Amino acid sequence: MKAADFAYARAASVEDAVALLATHGDRAKLLSGGQSLLPAMNLRLISPELIIDIGGIAELRGIAMTGNTVRIGALTRHVDVQRSLEIAAHAPLLKEAIIHVAHPAIRNRGTIGGSLAHADPASELPACMLALDADLVVQGKGGERRIAAGDFFQGVFQTALSPDELLTAIELPIPPRNSSFFFHEFTRRHGDYAIAGLAAQSVIEGGIFAHLRLGYFAVGDRPVLADAAKKLIGKMVTPALLSEASEAVGNELDPQDDQQASGVMRRHLAKVLLTRCVATLLSQPELLRVTE
Amino acid sequence: MTASIPISLEVNGERVEASVLPRLNLADFIREHLQLTGTHVGCEHGVCGACTVRVNGDIVRSCLMLAVQAHGGSVQTIEGLSDSGEVADLQGAFRERNALQCGYCTPGMLMAAQDLLKLQAEPSRDEIREHLSGNYCRCTGYQAIIDAVETTAGQRRSRSA
Repeated sequence: MKAADFAYARAASVEDAVALLATHGDRAKLLSGGQSLLPAMNLRLISPELIIDIGGIAELRGIAMTGNTVRIGALTRHVDVQRSLEIAAHAPLLKEAIIHVAHPAIRNRGTIGGSLAHADPASELPACMLALDADLVVQGKGGERRIAAGDFFQGVFQTALSPDELLTAIELPIPPRNSSFFFHEFTRRHGDYAIAGLAAQSVIEGGIFAHLRLGYFAVGDRPVLADAAKKLIGKMVTPALLSEASEAVGNELDPQDDQQASGVMRRHLAKVLLTRCVATLLSQPELLRVTE
Repeated sequence: MTASIPISLEVNGERVEASVLPRLNLADFIREHLQLTGTHVGCEHGVCGACTVRVNGDIVRSCLMLAVQAHGGSVQTIEGLSDSGEVADLQGAFRERNALQCGYCTPGMLMAAQDLLKLQAEPSRDEIREHLSGNYCRCTGYQAIIDAVETTAGQRRSRSA
């Protein structure tokens, strides 16, 4: 199908976009790469009255290092994140996750800010933001503010953005040199939305987790930072402890049924992901026997 | 009634000036305004890959881009790649290996395959499969397409050696 009729405005700057949003509010939608918005419009799932095209705002593009932070402009395309040397060096989790986002032609247009503001609970990048403890920088009429990733995602396609705000950048604290990551998702075919997935970031010292953040996706109405990670920090991980953490993950998640999988299956897959994640990060393949 | 928006872009090396409604997507602009019907329209929501074109050197879904977003840019369609001879060997390999049947997906397949071959001289079968994973073919079962891309990569390597 084709998108319904709409009016179109090109924003020349962030201020310009904010002013347009302040005037039109919910009746308007921001267009960055358009790889989620345009399918929804073509399918007539949404029909905004006004499209505000922010694609030409150069200040929102690019990746820069500032102190202990990697700053990614909201309009930075997936392909640019995938090929960035800064990301490869300081946030390899993100590089690995991007490979699972759709297909090359989509990654050439889709942007990190668009993906995060869209807040699809089955998409990879919001969960990475939780694992990497990112801040999302947003700007509105009242100025700029930072929202922790854990507070940003509020439900299916729901975020903490007000109608007059736009996401301008993502700030990732640079993880310590000895940190490691894990990423895996279950999908029917490569590039599909996940049935269940896990993005994890860790620091291991002497075979023990000093730091572990588990960002699950496609197992609820928003990405979930699993509290069960705390059970695995600061202790030698035995099969019994992993089994206990796995039970805790199962209890804290509330995955829904849909045409791809039942909630029960998703809960099982979340436990499998935890086991694989911990066994891989600690290089202890014998731990895989806990759920498999 | 929504106002038309003037756009200026380059298509296959030629300057194009037009005035379009914002809702017109790039695929329909290419097909209906420019009569370049080699770009096919399948699913219209970015899943099938039949409408793949190049914008500013990168392959994109032309159904997921508005014509107004191409303003100031450079578009290449399958007609451009075909007329310049850029994909002549790839087209030959597709023909030779029966890598098409109905042909609906072929322009998009050629676009995606050529994109891979520009990025990588010696792709593995898995890498070919991954790069073409966003392009659906309902006829061939894909094996012949992967064979044709692999063969072309080999021929290009031996030509440049």
